[in-house]
Amino acid sequence: MSFQIKESAQEYDVIIVGSGAGGGMASKILSEAGFSIAVVEAGGDFDPAKEEHRTQLRFPWESPRRGAGTIRPFGDFDAAIGGWDIEGEPYTRNTGTRFDWFRSRMLGGRTNHWGRISLRFGPNDFKRSSIDGLGDDWPIGYDDLKPYYDKVDKLIGVFGTKEGIYNEPDGFFLPPPKPRLHELLIKKSADKVNIPVIPSRLSVLTRPINNERGVCFFCNQCNRACQAYADFSSGTCLVKPAMKKGKVDLFTNSMVRKVTTNDRGDATGVSFVSKMDLKEYKLKSRVVVLGASACESARIMLNSKSKTHPDGLGNQSGMVGRYLHDSTGADRMAVIPDLVDRDRYNEDGTGGMHVYTPWWLDNKKLDFARGYHIEFWGGMGMPSYGFGTGMDTLRSHIKDEFGSPSPNGGYGTGLKKDIKRFYGTTVGMSGRGESVPQYDNYCEIDQTTVDKYGIPVLKFNYNWTDQELKQAKHMHETFEEILLGMGGKLLGAKPGKESQYGLHAPGRIIHEVGTTRMGNDPASSVLNSNCQAHDCKNLFVVDGGPFVSQADKNPTWTILALAWRTSDYIVDQLKKKNI
Amino acid sequence: MNRRENLKLLFTGASGFLLAGCSVEESAVEEVPVNAGFSTSGRSPEEIAIDKKLLSETFFTEKEVEKLNYLVEVIIPADEDSGSALDAGVPDFIEFMVKDIPAYQTRMRGGLSWLDNHALDRFDKIFMELSGNERISIIDEIAYPDKATPEVINGVKFFNLLRDLTTTGYFTSKIGFDDLGYVGNRPNVWDGVPEHVLEKYKVSYDPKLADLYLKPDQRGVVAQWDNDGNLIG
Repeated sequence: MSFQIKESAQEYDVIIVGSGAGGGMASKILSEAGFSIAVVEAGGDFDPAKEEHRTQLRFPWESPRRGAGTIRPFGDFDAAIGGWDIEGEPYTRNTGTRFDWFRSRMLGGRTNHWGRISLRFGPNDFKRSSIDGLGDDWPIGYDDLKPYYDKVDKLIGVFGTKEGIYNEPDGFFLPPPKPRLHELLIKKSADKVNIPVIPSRLSVLTRPINNERGVCFFCNQCNRACQAYADFSSGTCLVKPAMKKGKVDLFTNSMVRKVTTNDRGDATGVSFVSKMDLKEYKLKSRVVVLGASACESARIMLNSKSKTHPDGLGNQSGMVGRYLHDSTGADRMAVIPDLVDRDRYNEDGTGGMHVYTPWWLDNKKLDFARGYHIEFWGGMGMPSYGFGTGMDTLRSHIKDEFGSPSPNGGYGTGLKKDIKRFYGTTVGMSGRGESVPQYDNYCEIDQTTVDKYGIPVLKFNYNWTDQELKQAKHMHETFEEILLGMGGKLLGAKPGKESQYGLHAPGRIIHEVGTTRMGNDPASSVLNSNCQAHDCKNLFVVDGGPFVSQADKNPTWTILALAWRTSDYIVDQLKKKNI
Repeated sequence: MNRRENLKLLFTGASGFLLAGCSVEESAVEEVPVNAGFSTSGRSPEEIAIDKKLLSETFFTEKEVEKLNYLVEVIIPADEDSGSALDAGVPDFIEFMVKDIPAYQTRMRGGLSWLDNHALDRFDKIFMELSGNERISIIDEIAYPDKATPEVINGVKFFNLLRDLTTTGYFTSKIGFDDLGYVGNRPNVWDGVPEHVLEKYKVSYDPKLADLYLKPDQRGVVAQWDNDGNLIG
């Protein structure tokens, strides 16, 4: 069959590109308002309740590589299909800079495997420039989003405790699970140096919020996607319910190439390439909503050039792709000798940590501008690929009844026993912090490279600044303080300046935002305060792209609240026939 | 069949590729082909194909397998509590891993050959022709990295890798799980650390938070809040 562009005769009210947190929320709110919706997803359908999709509660021996991360970066049983490198979908970088781009090609996108850490941004997080003079303030504040955070809490569910901390706003919380043993020990140590350790805030249902989703049964595997729908993922909690109740068509394996426009420069729909036959298809709509992820939405906009939008759609300011920023990250771990020979019991708990440390210091008294939170890990988790390794350096932490250490390395029944004695003795912590958005950190179209669908790819340019390096240095000092305070034997050396204080490469924390930022000034921002493109009134962005600054919080809860607010605005504007 | 029903059929994925020569006038919806979907164990078709290919190939020679079987038994032997690395199928796992992570191939093959070279230098026989005591005397040279001499560094590096693959292969098997005493990966209700463990480590739950933590008997009750976010039901 010769190549031909297939065009749908039907016009949707709204096309939503991407089915992650932002696209999912938009599909729910807009379909409930009665509009016809097409959700266009680059990956396949996914439903963890289906036996053929389920990885939850599987044992390592059900994988020939015992769950190693050879194919999926977080292992065979992780729900996220995709990763930092996807066959046929390359991206490039400017020499000497680095950004690693994680993509999940599936219904629900990256919400299928994330840690479910669901933190509201606080009042300060919207006004950082006013506080420290760096970057820009958001055009909206906490009060604008608070009602939406409240609604997200009730719709999706999040456990936690009311703490009354100004910049860590409380919400409508489900009861949190009790801390595990290592978490109690961490808290005890942190208390001594006045570092707060409080119950986590995770979107995991410890109690039901409705009759449609089940409750957590404590398998610790939220990253595998929950067959009971007891954690939040966009597919199970937003898109599928929207498809059931509303006029929602889902197009899977459909890679959007561009937003189409008319002579006036208004969006008319999208063109996409089907991954199944590599042919181009067109869909028409009154409104286009991009929720393809901060970088993918920027890519689509930059690739949507036309006479009226010669530099790409939404890009009259030249800001599309600019101010790309990810959370910072650094980690450390230690062996806790007191934990050798642990009593066995099931301490799987919910996915992720039961306690965490919100940012607790005043940056005015520090040599870096922005804060970080700390996530904790450890315990008697399920063995997977990598378990029992490293005995060539770790075994000497095991001591016999007379206090003599075992030799490093070795073999035989002694080794076998020591690995069992060692189980559950390591704890670790991960700092996740706020970086300062930079004009010079960006993604743009690489005009010399296309992916296997023939679509020009992104080229990244990203460097950390001194702000992030000093913050990472501080993280490591904090980690050591807490770990040593609980009698820990630190593993590895404390990273110094030569290794950027152990700071992960940009993109590694998978919180990238900022590429289509909001603002009141069309000359320095892509979207207005309603996430509507300044130069195209029927184009909206609902992923992390609109963020002016990514706080020291995980972005998902704010993506959801902002997408809900944007969707309400779209409903209003469609009803008023303004778009 | 109306369009919506047609769509539903399409999205079940049961019918697989559904593309035929459609004219431009027809709805794009009915033309867009649909992925056949996942197969088993939560693996995508591409992933299943990769695993199948790896499983169909053979890396280790018979002689190498013989040596591996011996070595993994030395590293994880049977004891009064449980079975051995061979019982746990470790050699098959290692065979898969060296194909899955090709960087291991030369290290493993080279290491197995190093054992023969070293055995020839010391005893004038290849490794598997040595007596049990002679083999162990070579393993003792390379099994303890802190004590090993620089001359056997290649043997040490090989044995470290082999030890890692053997212990991880063993402890991620069914008998390894039972031996370890791992009792999770099953539906349960977490209600905190057992009392005797709290006492042993001299920690306790903050009484101020006692009322806030999840109460197992409330797990079936749909949550309700007052306007200030306090749970009332």
